[in-house]
Amino acid sequence: MSKIDLSVTIGSLKLRNPVLLASGTVGYGNEMSEFIDLNKIGGIVTKSLSLKPRKGNPPQRIVETPAGMLNAIGLANVGVEVFLIEKIPFLKNYDVPLICNIAASSIEEYVECTKILTCEDTIKAFEINVSCPNVKEGGLQFGNDIHAVGKITEKVKACTNKPVIIKLSPNVSYISEFAKVVKEEGGDAVSAINTLVGTSFNIFTKRPKLHNVTGGLSGPAIKPVALAKVLEIKRLVDIPIIGIGGIMNWKDVVEFMIAGSSAIQIGTANFINPNSADEIIKDLENYCTSYSIEKISELTGSYKI
Amino acid sequence: MFIVKSPVEQTIELENNILVIKVHSPEISSEIKPGQFLNVRVSETYSPLLRRPFSVCDVEGDFIFLMFNVLGEGTKILAQKRKGETIDLLGPLGHGFNLDDDYQTAVIVAGGLGAAPFPYFVKKIPNDKRIISFVGGKTNNEVITYGLKNILISTDDGSLGFKGTVIDLLNENLEILNKGKIKIFSCGPNAMLKAIKEFSIKNNFECEVSIESAMACGFGICQGCPVESTSNKEKYSLVCKDGPVFNVRDIVL
Repeated sequence: MSKIDLSVTIGSLKLRNPVLLASGTVGYGNEMSEFIDLNKIGGIVTKSLSLKPRKGNPPQRIVETPAGMLNAIGLANVGVEVFLIEKIPFLKNYDVPLICNIAASSIEEYVECTKILTCEDTIKAFEINVSCPNVKEGGLQFGNDIHAVGKITEKVKACTNKPVIIKLSPNVSYISEFAKVVKEEGGDAVSAINTLVGTSFNIFTKRPKLHNVTGGLSGPAIKPVALAKVLEIKRLVDIPIIGIGGIMNWKDVVEFMIAGSSAIQIGTANFINPNSADEIIKDLENYCTSYSIEKISELTGSYKI
Repeated sequence: MFIVKSPVEQTIELENNILVIKVHSPEISSEIKPGQFLNVRVSETYSPLLRRPFSVCDVEGDFIFLMFNVLGEGTKILAQKRKGETIDLLGPLGHGFNLDDDYQTAVIVAGGLGAAPFPYFVKKIPNDKRIISFVGGKTNNEVITYGLKNILISTDDGSLGFKGTVIDLLNENLEILNKGKIKIFSCGPNAMLKAIKEFSIKNNFECEVSIESAMACGFGICQGCPVESTSNKEKYSLVCKDGPVFNVRDIVL
């Protein structure tokens, strides 16, 4: 068992296993630590941080849909300063790579957040959220604008030596075009995918269930879409991919790796079983043993088409 | 907090399609307090996908009780659970009622299924305190008195007890309420809680309410259950972590 090598690399970022916890589903680590040993997982990606604290959207923020959920949280977060002062000390107690997710409403704000955070040693990489569907300014517009994504990548890379991962929107025609621009502008990896835009109505009141009208769809319902997006990027662009979208168990992880992911993120599953990442890692190790896979990284892009 | 798969012991059918499920869960029963809740997963499939919050209804030794009516897929599955089948419980979650404050009489005000947290509350209230229960519903079908004590009933249509809202009934009994120090504990539909807030402030009564919200995780990470706080306009409180029981003066209903 111990011979199995579960480690993977994302650019210069070395992870002990490919299982990360996705932004917005792990808070800043402290609540999750009641249920899971953070030292065992590949890494955690913080809730999106903005320069100033954000209150987020009014309720209702969450709706369950078939095999999925819509959320319109609106990037509620404590802001970078409070994060550094109040949240980082807790995370220092753990030996787990911390990836800071940044959301902003202007290119300048992305740059300023990165500059403030980059000197903190606990932070090992940045994930840039150019694709949140739930805020009016920025967010989705950036995710849809290939020039803006290129510019953000270039400007953020210029102010940090740490790996920069761009989290891409699936709400575009050709996601690979965006991945290509990220690579050209020096980005180290892409996360694919963020949530899909969706909505849901109350048929009696005829009102949308979400206060924000639309939200981001996540959960098993989006897995086939996410896999297709990962595959599209893998086939057309030479850049490490972190696969995300409805991963619930180890089989889903293997599928994402075959499609081209170097690592993956667990999102919605954390809400249902906050210990799922730990269980998945154990199951992945068993899978590798059973199928004589010495290094799990061999799986990445091993599809036969 | 625990995540435990706990076996069902029995499902009790009350009147009006209300069910109470008895579950063997020593981990939870030894820790949970009145007003706290559990986030419950009834099936390993993706339908339903998310857990659903249930306030703890009662505790007896190693057993806990949850009250519900069959509304959607999840409660349908729950209603069909047989003895020995398990449900997946995450909890205890949130803050419960503050029973030990300085008051002489606990005034329970429950609307419909809002009666759910009170049987355990009645059990845990200190011996030196009195209880009066005001129970309301639109019609007699909605009146749930399970596990309550010293009960006064109101229905909007007058099909049972006093005709009017539960707030009207409270107003009818103001004289009793004004004798000695009372504290109101309430759970029910949002419109009722709004009226309870107004009533409590007007009459200068202490009041705690247990509120409901859609939520995904139940322990603070999804940020899905915001409630406006009266003290901090810059930040929402979360129903799951800061509640579900709040001092009624601390939140905007």
